[in-house]
Amino acid sequence: MIAVIDYNVGNVQSVCNALHHIGCEAELSRDPARIERASGLILPGVAAFGYAMEALGSAAELVQRAAATGKPILGICVGHQLLFERSCEYGPHQGLGLVRGTVAPIPPQQTVPHMGWNLVELPQDMGLFSGLGPAKHFYFAHSFHVQVQDPQAKVAYTDYGFPLTASIQKANIYGVQFHPEKSGEQGLQVLRNFQAICEG
Amino acid sequence: MPARRKGNHRGLPLRKVRFMLTKRVIPCLDVKDNRVVKGVNFLNLRDAGDPVELGARYSDTGADELVFLDITATIRSRKTIVDMVKRVAENVFIPFTVGGGIRTIEQIDELLRSGAEKASVNTAAVRNPNLLAEAAKRFGNQCVVLAIDARRSKSRPGHWQVCVKAGSEPTDIDVVEWAVRGEQLGAGEILLTSMDADGTLAGYDNELNRAVSDAVNIPVIASGGAGTLGHLYDAVVVGGADAVLMASITHFGNYTIRQIKEHLRDRGLPMNL
Repeated sequence: MIAVIDYNVGNVQSVCNALHHIGCEAELSRDPARIERASGLILPGVAAFGYAMEALGSAAELVQRAAATGKPILGICVGHQLLFERSCEYGPHQGLGLVRGTVAPIPPQQTVPHMGWNLVELPQDMGLFSGLGPAKHFYFAHSFHVQVQDPQAKVAYTDYGFPLTASIQKANIYGVQFHPEKSGEQGLQVLRNFQAICEG
Repeated sequence: MPARRKGNHRGLPLRKVRFMLTKRVIPCLDVKDNRVVKGVNFLNLRDAGDPVELGARYSDTGADELVFLDITATIRSRKTIVDMVKRVAENVFIPFTVGGGIRTIEQIDELLRSGAEKASVNTAAVRNPNLLAEAAKRFGNQCVVLAIDARRSKSRPGHWQVCVKAGSEPTDIDVVEWAVRGEQLGAGEILLTSMDADGTLAGYDNELNRAVSDAVNIPVIASGGAGTLGHLYDAVVVGGADAVLMASITHFGNYTIRQIKEHLRDRGLPMNL
């Protein structure tokens, strides 16, 4: 069972719907016992960083503890950003600090938010992208992006006038800036791959 | 955040920088009493099917996004729309926006929690512009769509006036100024409907699209008037739109999403195909 962390921010249900659609047992929860029992965690997120971190509250520690035990964790969009150390969206905020790096605004020369389908180059050694070939379009909707400063993290990029971090993987920690639950068939494949990682 | 309006040496607006980002094809489903309907100039509604079924069909056949507009937008229709959003979310795995009658942060929260990716506000934002700022702060500006119903001004040529209450009530607000203000307040996208062109199948109002897309730095969705594949191409190339919204030409089977995307790709536009 995959636990989707319920922390009262928008659109967590979509992730559950997509998981159910691919036949993956998933529960929306912030109950410590459930999170303990889960084979993997998903940290979804549609919100501003500070609001999301505050809403996560005591569940932050549960996620950090699960990460330390080697449980696979997938952060999506703002959930992906929360994996990092800090953000400056509407003021400075601390993140979960599972991966070294900061969350910064997309440079103003680009249209903000970065919203729509963009082509992601898929490194073949990143588990989330198994069976998807060298590049695929995924759906993005965000105004901030991650600057990865962690030598242990693998990074997949998309081109938005600069190499924008589309996905990261550091041991059992996975993050996608795009929305796999809203990226059609290729997005569902990313979730299937995460399911396989959790069951593996 | 101040609007980023830059000029080049000739004082013309700089084009937005879009790298590899595909142009979006977005069918719009106007919903009334749990049915998809489509009219001409906002009148003479024609039935186009079940919203969940039609939405899933578009999702499966390659639409980039969907927009559902509750055109009854009464207090009573709210619960129906939330139920519909939940059912759509179980069957549709592309982003969808929901609009029509949204007045409060709580309503936006409920729609996003039910599975919508974005909420679009129109009349309520005109009445209370702070709603855009509050929603952007709470949900992130990518969740906030400012829908503008625009009508060509009879008294000021080359200008458009904002209309509210499903287009029934003209205001003296200038569309371009309102779009710029909307961006400043926190809207992440503008859904720009030409009331003059809507449902006519005679082409988008690309002067309108160009005026707004040059004035703002957020994506503009062109809406109202699509009748041919060429119209869709023109909205992007002539109008400067980042996405094209259509209803009649796809609901009634004139064109498939794939035909539309192949046409735009073959004419050189980046598409998710």
